[in-house]
Amino acid sequence: MAWLGPEEWQAVALSLRVALVATAASLPLGLFTAYALARWRFPGREILNGLVHLPLILPPVVTGYLLLLTLGPTAPIGAVLESLGLGVAFRWTGAALAAAVMAFPLMVRAIRLSIEAVDPKLEQAAATLGASRMRVYFTVTLPLTLPGIVAGAVLAFAKAMGEFGATITFVSNIPGQTRTLPSAIYAFLQVPGGEASALRLVAVSVFVAMAALALSEWLARRAARRVQGA
Amino acid sequence: MSLSVSLRHVLPGIALDVAFEAPPGVTALFGPSGSGKTTVLNAVAGLYRPDMAHIAVNGDVLCDTKTGTWLPPHRRRLGVVFQEGRLFPHLSVEGNLTYGLRVRRESPDPTEFARVVAMLGIGALLARRPAALSGGERQRVAIGRALLARPRLMLLDEPLAALDAARKTEILPYLEKIRDAAGVPMLYVSHSASEVARLATTVVVIEAGKVVRTGPAAAVLGDPALAPAGDRQVGAILTAVVVAHHEDGLTEIDAGGTRLLLAGLDTGAGTQVRVRIAAHDVILSLEEPRGLSALNTLPGRVTALHPEAGAGVVVALDTPAGPLLARITRRSVDRLGLAPGTSCHAVLKTVAIAPEDIGQGV
Repeated sequence: MAWLGPEEWQAVALSLRVALVATAASLPLGLFTAYALARWRFPGREILNGLVHLPLILPPVVTGYLLLLTLGPTAPIGAVLESLGLGVAFRWTGAALAAAVMAFPLMVRAIRLSIEAVDPKLEQAAATLGASRMRVYFTVTLPLTLPGIVAGAVLAFAKAMGEFGATITFVSNIPGQTRTLPSAIYAFLQVPGGEASALRLVAVSVFVAMAALALSEWLARRAARRVQGA
Repeated sequence: MSLSVSLRHVLPGIALDVAFEAPPGVTALFGPSGSGKTTVLNAVAGLYRPDMAHIAVNGDVLCDTKTGTWLPPHRRRLGVVFQEGRLFPHLSVEGNLTYGLRVRRESPDPTEFARVVAMLGIGALLARRPAALSGGERQRVAIGRALLARPRLMLLDEPLAALDAARKTEILPYLEKIRDAAGVPMLYVSHSASEVARLATTVVVIEAGKVVRTGPAAAVLGDPALAPAGDRQVGAILTAVVVAHHEDGLTEIDAGGTRLLLAGLDTGAGTQVRVRIAAHDVILSLEEPRGLSALNTLPGRVTALHPEAGAGVVVALDTPAGPLLARITRRSVDRLGLAPGTSCHAVLKTVAIAPEDIGQGV
């Protein structure tokens, strides 16, 4: 990608890393949350559901600001993390966290729908054959929900690639640290003569989004074929 | 094996209150749809927590609400066969069959696997996916899957109800083989008198959530006072031995010294069979009938008359082949002057005895 300048390339690489880490790190929690919302009846279920969906309906700037209020260097939790060397504010890990929070509702929704489509009677049958809850999940529920998980992960990845409002509010726009692809496009558009760079990044955005979509379609179709056994 | 169940559970529309002991062999939970049979089976399987229950297999308590004992379903070692099969769609037939041992990390036994696969005739299906199986094949795989998990007791919840008559007659012999060859005890839920007559050693009749009768299959199903699943289900069970096959497709059997002719039987001479003779398939005659197409005529004596709600009467007879039931109209009873002690002849149409009413073994 020689046609990308070093600054532009840096933003692309950072965005890919942020989105991949955000997706991979939130996937286990997303699987668990989706399963809990789909299968368990517990007090506070509606509250959890609301919390998960909050980033989807709040202005991203508000989500970013709330993250700053709780995890910023001067906030109580943030200060503790900082003293442990795990601070996230104004670092790329913070950008990944903001992206993960913003993408979480999309991921959980897709996975939850696919879990709700699994017949609990199959899980019962597995239990009568000697599978503990954990084994039922890994041998029946998980394979049957694979298409939904793939869809949820790709959706989350695409959302994380494009996340702007919460990121710039929480971790600012530091080149090499937190200047992700959308932040870079925004920054290039602020300076005279930056349109060419911005346009190249826009092209990269479109390419990555299309590639992710194509990959997910392919994976989901493969998984669905396996599941339906045709 | 013995299963002991005492269970109380309230569901919308039905209050279940049953207690019974299932001796070794096949115990049928028999009753009309909606009587609570499946709810009893699900309690034994551990698929829900009953309001009040004590359930034990061979003295091993699975559930006791008094002491708070609760064994989760995966630790009960019961092979459940559901009405709809419930095969795992993402696994091949072989993957389904080996699932039980795999999740318990028990070592498979190739001889055992081969024996069960051969017994159920599913060797050619092993690589297929459940979606590519017929209803009958699916149910055979489901039976094999439950059996190969090495259960101490099989629970079968109307395993044939979703199948047509041809598929039923296809699967019943496999269930008989499991009962006789594999020796695995079974709790069999059904509303079909034919299935129960072929398979069960003990019958527990359930109506509206209560046990109304328990006893050996022949005694319970042949009791005219009891019409658990509708009056067309009343019928006697005769035990007989196959004597010979005739060239015209008929099979001669010996029931208590009396020879009877049946159609559609292909087991070898010497095999023991049980034949259910539905009461509505029996005609009564005061004199020995002549010039009649029916091949089987049995002399007998009326032992009791059981009037039904409508125009029908169930007549109980003693014949040399065993007790028989005949369902005729009240008008016929009056015309023939039937009363306990009357001598008469019972006429059985050979083809009326359907293959699904003829079971092998004891």
